[in-house]
Amino acid sequence: MKYKLIYTLFILTVAFLIGNSFIIENPYFKISSKDVKLKIPKGFPKPLYSFKKNKLKADIFILGRKLFYDNILSKDNSVNCGTCHQRIAAFAHIDHKLSHGIYAKIGTRNVPALQNLIWKDAYMWDGGVNNLEVQPINPITSPIEMDETLENVITKIKRDTTYVKLFKKAYKDTLINSERILKSLAQFTGLMISANSRYDKFMRKQDTFSIAEKNGLALFRAKCESCHKEPLFTDNSYRNNGIKLDSSLNDFGRGKLTEIEKDYRTFKVPGLRNIERTYPYMHDGRFKTLKEVIAHYSNAASHDQGSDSLIKKIGVLNTQEKKELHAFLLTLTDLEFLLDRRFADPNGLQY
Amino acid sequence: MKKFIHSFLYMAILGVAMSFSGKPEKMSLPLSVTFHHYAGNELLKLDSAIYKNELGQTFTISKFKYYISNLHFKTADGKDLSINETFLINEDEEDSKKMVLKNLPAWDYTSLEFIIGVDSLHNCSGAQSGSLDPINAMYWAWNTGYIFLKLEGHSPSSKSPGNFFEYHIGGYKQPNNCIRKVNLNISNKITARNLDLKVNILELFRSPTTIDFEKLSSVTDHRNAVTFADNYSNMFEVLKK
Repeated sequence: MKYKLIYTLFILTVAFLIGNSFIIENPYFKISSKDVKLKIPKGFPKPLYSFKKNKLKADIFILGRKLFYDNILSKDNSVNCGTCHQRIAAFAHIDHKLSHGIYAKIGTRNVPALQNLIWKDAYMWDGGVNNLEVQPINPITSPIEMDETLENVITKIKRDTTYVKLFKKAYKDTLINSERILKSLAQFTGLMISANSRYDKFMRKQDTFSIAEKNGLALFRAKCESCHKEPLFTDNSYRNNGIKLDSSLNDFGRGKLTEIEKDYRTFKVPGLRNIERTYPYMHDGRFKTLKEVIAHYSNAASHDQGSDSLIKKIGVLNTQEKKELHAFLLTLTDLEFLLDRRFADPNGLQY
Repeated sequence: MKKFIHSFLYMAILGVAMSFSGKPEKMSLPLSVTFHHYAGNELLKLDSAIYKNELGQTFTISKFKYYISNLHFKTADGKDLSINETFLINEDEEDSKKMVLKNLPAWDYTSLEFIIGVDSLHNCSGAQSGSLDPINAMYWAWNTGYIFLKLEGHSPSSKSPGNFFEYHIGGYKQPNNCIRKVNLNISNKITARNLDLKVNILELFRSPTTIDFEKLSSVTDHRNAVTFADNYSNMFEVLKK
């Protein structure tokens, strides 16, 4: 009798342990405090966004990740941030010219990559957003992106017991408001840092470049560096890069925002990291390949009249130079970032 | 004898208590500032009351809300006190019109300065809650910034659909900076720890620029915003009783 009791207890304990092991988190998606430490890569400047008032914490990052990949942010629960910001494309939308939104609507600009965001002084192609934390309000409330209101998002989140638990874990109390939603998202997107491409390793003397890549780098520094400043490959300025106006879009870029003449048809200089994956290129995605991009800059005759004076200085590149520049640009692919498990969809639904 | 011990104890307790409370001039009490919304000399009434602008055009008001920030009280002898907070005053919400400032020293304040709007620091500070929560519908997400003042209504002179007019005024950057400073003489105006201010909406349509509903019925970005900002800077005065 006594043995029977011990035996039963033993069986129950084993069953409990096995049962528990099934609900243990997949280690691939596990986030610990080590995963949310901000490390400023060597040679990078001081970030412009500070986590001082949004203290990095694993549970807040997890909450931000869940929100980023949750259709709950869209009106008909059909799209999430990851729909257009794909990890395999450095969070741009691979092979899509213009952004796709809710109800199969098409936007007017190419989805920008999400990387090294904390070094930006403004967001969107025209710099219309002044802080990383408030950026998501735009896609959430845009009628052609997610067409939702912040009020509705909060209501839906409050009804979801998983979220209620996550908020409690992240913020120590049950308050759910827009500030917390936005700050959680900023922790997730703010930590998207690309600094381990072959270029970075070459600079840190951990890798070598081929002769073509070396020549490409020298060429890049001579022709492109003044706008695409290393190590972020942007000087955060707005410029007319010489592409002609698409009259079906009539996009006046930053000029629409400032109404200052010199800003018309200018767009934020994008960083070039992971450029291999962020195709198609330019604010309207008009160029499918890097070859077309290089050909554009090399062909002054095709440039728009209002193009930036620095664009005019590039001059004609010969076939070999074009190939070398191309080879260099491919060294900016950062596989460690592109495969960083911290930024993967925890539902395992998206790449 | 017993009485003596009692009074002695009482004095001792009082003495200890006073030593903790510090100098009497540091005594802090709540102070309230109440915003009374007027159209001329009548209290503002949403939707029903009909008003007239300088051009004789009639109109009604359906919405009136605005931000007040960075209150700065001064005394005649040079003491001053700043309250780095933003308040959203809304005609539709009675409670919002009474601003309760906690723990203000009981000095004789002679002037009050504040800004209409939200300063540039708070315009660039990212996600915020309370009065600065974007959920209050006083925020532009693109060309980011707070809407400092919203005034909406109807006028037969307006050519917008439904004779509607809407003025959403904001912008913290030059040349479209709509932050306006207000300075009021409040000598002897605080009674029972309350200061009553009069906010006259007719000023918004009057001076320095007369607003013609027919010509300008909608302001929803930086265009024409400064015109309204210059007008609303004259909107506040201490209520005469």
